[in-house]
Amino acid sequence: MTVIAAPNAEGLRRDAAVERLQLFALGGPAVLLVIVTMIVPVGWLFWLSFLNDAGEFSLEHYRRMLVQPSYGRAFSLTFEVSFLTTAICIVLGYPLAYVLSQLPRRAANICMIAVMLPFWTSLLVRTYAWLVLLHRQGVINTWGIKLGLWEAPLPLVHNLNGTLIGMVHIMLPFLILPVYSSMRAIDRDYLKAAANLGASPTRAFWLVFLPLSLPGLLAGSLIVFILCLGFYVTPAVLGGGKVTMVANRIATDIELFFNWGAASSLGVVLFVLTGLILYAASRLVRLDRLLGGGSH
Amino acid sequence: MTRQAALPISVRQLTKRYGSLTVLDAIDLDVRSGEFLTLLGPSGSGKTTLLMMLAGFVRPDCGIIRFGDADVVRLEPHKRDVGMVFQNYALFPHMDVAANIAFPLKLRGVGKAETAERVEQALELVKLGGYGARRVDQLSGGQRQRIALARAIVFEPRILLMDEPLSALDKQLREHMQIELRQLHERLGMTTVYVTHDQREALTMSDRIAVIDHGRIQQLDAPHVIYDRPAGRFVAEFIGESTFVTVDVTEDDCRFGDVSLILGETPARLGQHELMIRPERLSILDGKQSPDINVLPATVRASIYQGDSILVQTLLADGTAVSVRASASVKPPAAGEPIRLGLRAADTYLLPDGAGRA
Amino acid sequence: MNWLRQPATPTQITHGKRLWLYVISGLVMLFLILPTLIVIPMSFSESQYLEFPPREWSLRWYKNYFGSTSWMLATATSFKAGFLTMILSTLVGTMAAYGLHTARMRFSGLVFSILLTPIVVPIILVGIGVFYVYVKLGLVNTMAGIVLAHSMLAIPLVVMVVSSALKSYDMNQERVARSLGASRTYAFFFVTLPQIRFSVISGAVLSFLTSFDEVIVSLFISGGENSTLTRNMFAALRDQIDPTIAAISTLVVVLTSILLAISQIFGKNSALPD
Repeated sequence: MTVIAAPNAEGLRRDAAVERLQLFALGGPAVLLVIVTMIVPVGWLFWLSFLNDAGEFSLEHYRRMLVQPSYGRAFSLTFEVSFLTTAICIVLGYPLAYVLSQLPRRAANICMIAVMLPFWTSLLVRTYAWLVLLHRQGVINTWGIKLGLWEAPLPLVHNLNGTLIGMVHIMLPFLILPVYSSMRAIDRDYLKAAANLGASPTRAFWLVFLPLSLPGLLAGSLIVFILCLGFYVTPAVLGGGKVTMVANRIATDIELFFNWGAASSLGVVLFVLTGLILYAASRLVRLDRLLGGGSH
Repeated sequence: MTRQAALPISVRQLTKRYGSLTVLDAIDLDVRSGEFLTLLGPSGSGKTTLLMMLAGFVRPDCGIIRFGDADVVRLEPHKRDVGMVFQNYALFPHMDVAANIAFPLKLRGVGKAETAERVEQALELVKLGGYGARRVDQLSGGQRQRIALARAIVFEPRILLMDEPLSALDKQLREHMQIELRQLHERLGMTTVYVTHDQREALTMSDRIAVIDHGRIQQLDAPHVIYDRPAGRFVAEFIGESTFVTVDVTEDDCRFGDVSLILGETPARLGQHELMIRPERLSILDGKQSPDINVLPATVRASIYQGDSILVQTLLADGTAVSVRASASVKPPAAGEPIRLGLRAADTYLLPDGAGRA
Repeated sequence: MNWLRQPATPTQITHGKRLWLYVISGLVMLFLILPTLIVIPMSFSESQYLEFPPREWSLRWYKNYFGSTSWMLATATSFKAGFLTMILSTLVGTMAAYGLHTARMRFSGLVFSILLTPIVVPIILVGIGVFYVYVKLGLVNTMAGIVLAHSMLAIPLVVMVVSSALKSYDMNQERVARSLGASRTYAFFFVTLPQIRFSVISGAVLSFLTSFDEVIVSLFISGGENSTLTRNMFAALRDQIDPTIAAISTLVVVLTSILLAISQIFGKNSALPD
């Protein structure tokens, strides 16, 4: 009996292969585009970072990063700024997400506009807005002096303060959205159970609600931190040239010195660090949730 | 809708493996022209895979599928001309009811006037005349089911495939639809292959049932044969309730412990056999004796009042547990009380040899 | 204020007892929206120093913007780049998402992660990398170069949005269409696409905004007559606070809001209960 069936096995296998290939080919243009404009360029930079000026293989650029303190400073500043931004975002964002998650749906959706509006507004526009607000003759300084709160204009911008304020403003929605959706998913019965078992409202929060909302908070903090590491525009504008994060240093190396090797090696280290953090975090939280939280 | 010559389906050596998992194991199956055949089996048995292969959505590793004389196994789904109804109806939510039903006609280049006429006919057929302008989300579950059916038959396919089409409906509606589907089948006469995991549904609707498990057809027979004379323990247990006791057949007797049983049929072989007992065929004897009724002594464990009847849980002499229904009008027997259960000789059935659990 | 004594959560804490929480939340919300909104009135100021509230109103900065050839050129470039990016990335991104969703091959996961890499790689690295390659290919300062690079940045968004729509889409719809006689292509265009159109449209809006708002890559690869709006704004920001930028910012905020409103309206219509 098996004899009848055998002849078409080959044909069926070919049909299956053809169908899979056709479907797979649909992804071709997108993959090609990403390879040509992303994988090849970044791979090339990676290669360049291991060449010295004479075009020979060398670890010169990486060695310089260890030797020259300015590079070390750029990295430590980048991590410091990213860490502070993330911390401030948690302090400001968590309570807001908490309150929003307990509002009725309709009211929460209206309040969410406050979160979504900056999320969708151009980064450059928001950075500009802060420049206008914070500079020496800006809105905050004029009103502060007019109301007699302080006498001389405060140095709010073109320094670390301005950079932090701008970055927190830009990153806050990225924290609030995943935290909010993870809080919405917490069943209120847990809190009822906690109260029933004798927990005070404060203890019910610390012992029950906070741990349950932790995955969302972790995902949100992670995406904020990772995005901060690569920031360029905000430190460049609000830092006024005084805040040199790694990305700014890379741009300077290209724009002023045309030093591809140095810029590439910095970029490679930044990328590897980002990758390591993501990898470490992927063992704590599910990354697809993180990406999903950031995309809407 | 005119009655068309239906096509027979013939399946040979149909095989599908995913890695080391064999989903279908060289299946042979013949569906007669105009027949209502049900593929019945637990989830993961391969019944849906088989149906999807008939429709062309799953490609077998090897094997032949013939509709009439044509080998369709390598034909794309849209060239097979089979009507198909899915479990979740899969009505197109962006079209109204009439557009849903007209969809296959449009693809076949049927003119406007004729389309409108045939859509309305199909609606009448499923008793939803005049529903054409409704939106899909305005329909109830049962109505959606009927529209999905209308859409699957409007282009007069000669084969109709249905994948658990009633499983999303509530019990009452489901029973109603079973009868209606059966009547519709009798009117249209399409060769129908129907997948379900609900044994009662299969028994109610089918001309024949193919019981499938582990990618093999365990038995293919008319409903009453499947029920009364299951080919093996799997079929017996999957369909209806059953209990098995071991009996010893000698040349002139069949013994269950100390009790001698009269059998409906003499087995071909002497020695140990498995006797299948359908609990609903057992009765509680109240003294009367009859020569063709076997008497099985048992002990009552508990009597449970259930409104329309009393469920009496008993233990047979060899310790096998059997539950029997008694009329609610009699006094329920107390726990520990001895009781005598009657089993008619015609209701005895010994499982055939070699067809054990697959 | 009876409301203050009512319980706020199942733990019976009253609104009054956590009034501080509401105050903080309100302040954070103001922090989020005010800076963007405050630019709008300031753009209508007569003064060249940005004041709030403006002492005199005028359209001076709008006239300045609309009257400037270089701003107009940059705006046209940005719109053109945004539009072409939207078409290219929506097309190839939707194709890829559909192919990956239906093929379910061993390599689908790998291909999917390749398509998502542009999100994880620091954008500054992408910027200089693309610049380096474009110099060799002669694509610097060209529209084609901008569109290709921006499409690469937008593809992950389209792929994610469309994939998630396909995940919740019932593929039986397409199967039933095929059993009724439709080819796969026909089934996609007339059954699947109409049902995931909202996601495709929001993917398109996202890609337009990605291109329109993109700064860093444009900084390196756009220039001359193909300078993007963001590139010129960024250059102007680094030098001085030009109130023209307030006018442009206002227009950008309005444009973004309109685009979002459009994708919301499409969303309402396609939100069929099924």
